[in-house]
Amino acid sequence: MTMVDPELAARVLECALERGGDLGELYVEDRRGFALSLDDGKVERPQAGTERGASVRVVRGDASYFGHVDGLGEDGLLRVAASVAQAVRSDVTAPRPLGPSRPAAGHPVAQRPEDVDAASKADLLRSCDDRARAAGDEVIQVTVGYAEGRRRVEIYNSDGLAASDDRTRTRLTTQVVARRSGAGDGPRVETGSDTRGGHAGFELFAEDAEAVAESAARKALTLLEAVDAPTGRLPVVVGNGFGGVLLHEAVGHGLESDAVQKRASVYAGRLGDQLAQPGVTAYDDGRREGEWGSDGIDDEGTPTQRTTVIEDGRLVSYLYDLIRARADGVESTGNGRRESFRHLPMPRMTNTYFAPGEATPEELIAGVGRGLYAVSFGGGQVEPATGDFVFGISEGYLIEDGKVTAPVRGATLVGNGIEALAAVDGIAGDLHIATGYCGKGGQQVPAGVGQPHVRIRELTVGGTAQ
Amino acid sequence: MTLEDLAQAGVEAALAAGASDAEGWCEESVSREIRVYNGAVESLSDAGGRGIGIRAFLEGRSGYAYGTDLGEQGIRALGAAAHASAAISDPDEHAGLPAEFGVTPVPGLESAEMAEWTTERKIELALAVERAARSREGISQVEQAVFSDEESSAAIANSRGFSAAYSASQAWAYASAFAGEGDDLMTGIGIDLGRHPGELDPDAIGAEAADRALALKGARQPESRRCPVVLDAFVAASFAGFIGSMLSADAVQRGRSLFAGREGEVVAEPSFVLVDDGRDPGGPGSAPFDGEGSATRRTPLIDGGRLAGYLYDARTARKDGRSSTANAGRRSYRTPPAVGTTNLLIEPGGATLDELLAQAGDGLYVTDVAGLHSGVNPVSGTFSVGATGRLIAGGELGRPVREITIASDLVGMLRAVAAIGSESRWVPLAGSVKAVPLLIGEMAVSGS
Repeated sequence: MTMVDPELAARVLECALERGGDLGELYVEDRRGFALSLDDGKVERPQAGTERGASVRVVRGDASYFGHVDGLGEDGLLRVAASVAQAVRSDVTAPRPLGPSRPAAGHPVAQRPEDVDAASKADLLRSCDDRARAAGDEVIQVTVGYAEGRRRVEIYNSDGLAASDDRTRTRLTTQVVARRSGAGDGPRVETGSDTRGGHAGFELFAEDAEAVAESAARKALTLLEAVDAPTGRLPVVVGNGFGGVLLHEAVGHGLESDAVQKRASVYAGRLGDQLAQPGVTAYDDGRREGEWGSDGIDDEGTPTQRTTVIEDGRLVSYLYDLIRARADGVESTGNGRRESFRHLPMPRMTNTYFAPGEATPEELIAGVGRGLYAVSFGGGQVEPATGDFVFGISEGYLIEDGKVTAPVRGATLVGNGIEALAAVDGIAGDLHIATGYCGKGGQQVPAGVGQPHVRIRELTVGGTAQ
Repeated sequence: MTLEDLAQAGVEAALAAGASDAEGWCEESVSREIRVYNGAVESLSDAGGRGIGIRAFLEGRSGYAYGTDLGEQGIRALGAAAHASAAISDPDEHAGLPAEFGVTPVPGLESAEMAEWTTERKIELALAVERAARSREGISQVEQAVFSDEESSAAIANSRGFSAAYSASQAWAYASAFAGEGDDLMTGIGIDLGRHPGELDPDAIGAEAADRALALKGARQPESRRCPVVLDAFVAASFAGFIGSMLSADAVQRGRSLFAGREGEVVAEPSFVLVDDGRDPGGPGSAPFDGEGSATRRTPLIDGGRLAGYLYDARTARKDGRSSTANAGRRSYRTPPAVGTTNLLIEPGGATLDELLAQAGDGLYVTDVAGLHSGVNPVSGTFSVGATGRLIAGGELGRPVREITIASDLVGMLRAVAAIGSESRWVPLAGSVKAVPLLIGEMAVSGS
């Protein structure tokens, strides 16, 4: 049973192409979500949402015309299709007949989160709170957040596509504040956080979900011992998991084909070039089972796939949606994503990560005389056109004589993506993928960031040490 | 049914489900976004949305539900869902509707001139922005020029018998321009806003994007130094926005703000004044009432160098024994009200930008910062953020610089304000801030 009758979908597409267009598309979505948080020991801010809506897109040449409507009533769908068609100035295009509706090969959900009673979710938050507070007396604040969401989408287009996907994501986050009364320069206050999430159901939290809380607490407590970060150009070992945000920001965004085609990326025109040392391989992989950034199909109906973007140091592919793929005469790589039916799709990463190498993290660190071990970032920003990036290190340590020593606070990594990629001189085998939200053009989409431990020969560290 | 009727229906649905108090917030909006590239339309989006959010209270517990189904059944289901959510939260003695409700008239929120702008004229405006940027010598590309506008209405109703509604219109345009090529490429943005498209100056927006990019052409990493720093209005606005979020009573009460427990203390140089004003007619964050029906007002935050107060909604005000400052923000009907800024205003000083540069002597002029939210410790206020700009040599702009960080702590920086610029402007990049350039006596700048 589809949300929109295929016969109605066909009429909407016909109406949308009444004044021409190379592609007409109807995107239908039902979104349901529930979120709950705990702060100061209290369960608060329960929120439940139910939204249904659709959007119509017509692509003609290099232009996209788009409109959306809340609700899935026939009148609303036909009205938005007619209003989008108004903007197009050409002769009528007849859509191809729709093929049989094709549900995507989805990701397994063992325990539907909406079947778990809300009280158990509240209990999960409370046990995370307990575990974080048990980590030490200096823990003064614990915030835990739980969110689940289900998006059912149907996509119909004038090439005859009729596809659907059913996506469930769950995520648990903990943030801990630790405080130490200071002798001399006032109290020290530090924060730590950790997250577990996936394209999966509540089964994700069956096994020791509270480990997330413990890890967040440990980070905050460790930072109480932190010394000021050094300043200058230093070798940097980047941690696995969320350390991959560096790859995501400093390389990944530059490989998105919209930026490439506008030459708003330092990676434009570099296909086939050796940008990294041999042995460095990176993927964007929207198929990886159960991963946060995975889907069955992308938001244009293209099945998700694993795309090798860097192979043995060579740049081999960009990331495409349908319209940018057509412009380059290639196939979409399944990266046409959108936040919701209210948004136009554009090329976006799914799960982006460095392939594991042969080294161990210890070997990478042992090769550094004086440097920085950046375990995790608080966030980052990049200018895709120049590749310049900035990352705040939320958990980092000094490396002295090949050994990890004191934790540091207030460190920032500043550099340029293409230079940093060329400077990767060691990759470990411990691949891990973490969960994030990626913002671009005003749209937030879930994205997996990951990598094994990676060493960069030299980066600028902006510290606070005098 | 009007939006107010729908909001009222939401209240009744939650009460019928068993809530002791309830509030409905209903919104409707029509918006357009036009992106142009290389002299042609790249995308044209027309969006219409309507939805409701219902807050239910149950003896100190509160819950929220939102949705797009505004039929009788749909609203009834949302009322029940809000009540059911409330049942699982822990009681909070301070939760509840505000004690007082009201409406502050804000003139000119909605412009009738919006109706005179056809899609064709808006496209022409976006193209004019792009042309203005591209016509500057040295501009290699205009990555995007965007026009967008929105006409929106919101209504609130609650179980204490208050209900109100308002409408607003807003138009924006911005451009992002590139100067140079390859490794030397630098970018700049230009932006403006108004209540209708006629208030936007496409030539000025395009020229600003171009000039900001051209000013950075050939930027290199400089050597580390400690020096006076001039923050331009965009950068001052970014810092003000961050400081504003730290002045939320919610952040303060939860121990997540460097300003906790410092009311009345000296936190800035005496001439630095920061205000939140939800009724400024020009402010994109203005409205007659906040997200829970408190009449908007003007709230001094930092005055005469002292921390004058925090931003409150009903719950945080009750906890501190204060009145709400009408800062219960609503990003949309999809989120429950939460403490936030409306429009932040840095009071202008007397110095032109040239005078600030002259006073700095040898230093750094910062035109962009990156990573503010990851680079600032909200509790200690220490920060290290990425920056781009120009060196200042002999009181004048010198060579462009990139890949640097500037570090200080927020209070230390505010206390080191040496002069305040006179040229104020709205910076609607992250929140709504009316800002001026600032000269900071000294900051640590790290480069190579």
